[in-house]
Amino acid sequence: MFEDDAVPVEKIDRNIFLTTVDWIYNWGRQYSMWPAMFGLACCAIEMIGASTARYDIARFGMEFYRASPRHADLMIVAGTVTHKMAPQVKRIWDQMPEPKYCLAMGSCAISGGIFKSYAVLQGVDEIVPVDVYVPGCPPRPEALFDGIRKIHQMVRAQSIKTVRWYGKEK
Amino acid sequence: MTNEEILSRLKDAFPDVAFQVQTEETKDFTLIVPAERLVEVATHLRDHLDFDYLSDVTSVDYPDRFEVVYHLFSMKRGGGVLTLKVHLPDKEHPEVDSVTPIWPGANYQEREVYDLMGISFRNHPDLRRIMLWDGFPGHPLRKDFENRLYTYKELEPTRPKPPNW
Repeated sequence: MFEDDAVPVEKIDRNIFLTTVDWIYNWGRQYSMWPAMFGLACCAIEMIGASTARYDIARFGMEFYRASPRHADLMIVAGTVTHKMAPQVKRIWDQMPEPKYCLAMGSCAISGGIFKSYAVLQGVDEIVPVDVYVPGCPPRPEALFDGIRKIHQMVRAQSIKTVRWYGKEK
Repeated sequence: MTNEEILSRLKDAFPDVAFQVQTEETKDFTLIVPAERLVEVATHLRDHLDFDYLSDVTSVDYPDRFEVVYHLFSMKRGGGVLTLKVHLPDKEHPEVDSVTPIWPGANYQEREVYDLMGISFRNHPDLRRIMLWDGFPGHPLRKDFENRLYTYKELEPTRPKPPNW
């Protein structure tokens, strides 16, 4: 239970409580973050380690790695994005339905890392909009959890009235 | 079979070819073969001297030449490596005969040399780039390749689109 899970209005007796649509909706959405299951380099190993029993990403409701990007709403870019791989990464992002979030994990995904070369994309934010950057080479699982918690806070701050994917296209 | 034996048998078979032996730079037994006689020599090495395994094909960019390097082993009789080198003085259009008809394993490695060093191989069955896509600007392992950072937007137009993308 995190602090922002506190029910916004006081509980009334006999198991009735009042809340806002945004609160209950975001609360449910936040704890079913489904990442797309793909990894690009050594950060992926750390991401896999984060989902195993020792670190146990499932404690925070973000463990359900989906093999299809059409079922996912979080893209963890774990590893070096080469120019040869970049169109495929972008395609995964384009296939994911809204609402969707992107987390750049590790220095390669953030900025190309040590690979200042013709072959490597200098940061995945060249092709997809990145919400959270998790630095490290590779980041520890705890750092990844912290990054996903930041995404949870982003989700919390969104309102159903203003998010673009429920409005009609203008 | 010692290195001296190999060399003398090659000299017997090809009296008109000037083999150069490189001994100073490397411990391996290294022969420099004229590029135009490479296929004959390689065929002879495979058929009569039992060099049935081509371990690798690679290339070097020197200021005055390109060099293609072949490492040969014999599975049949064991023993060490025989290094063949070919000098290609033409820096503009380096070209050498393919050894893929002799050792089929050379296929991908010659494609790699073609892709990254820009040396083309005559009579290669399928000479295409193997790692980078068709239309990539330049050959990255050449010394005069400017290893700069490309943006996605810059490289995207050079990339061929798959049909069902």
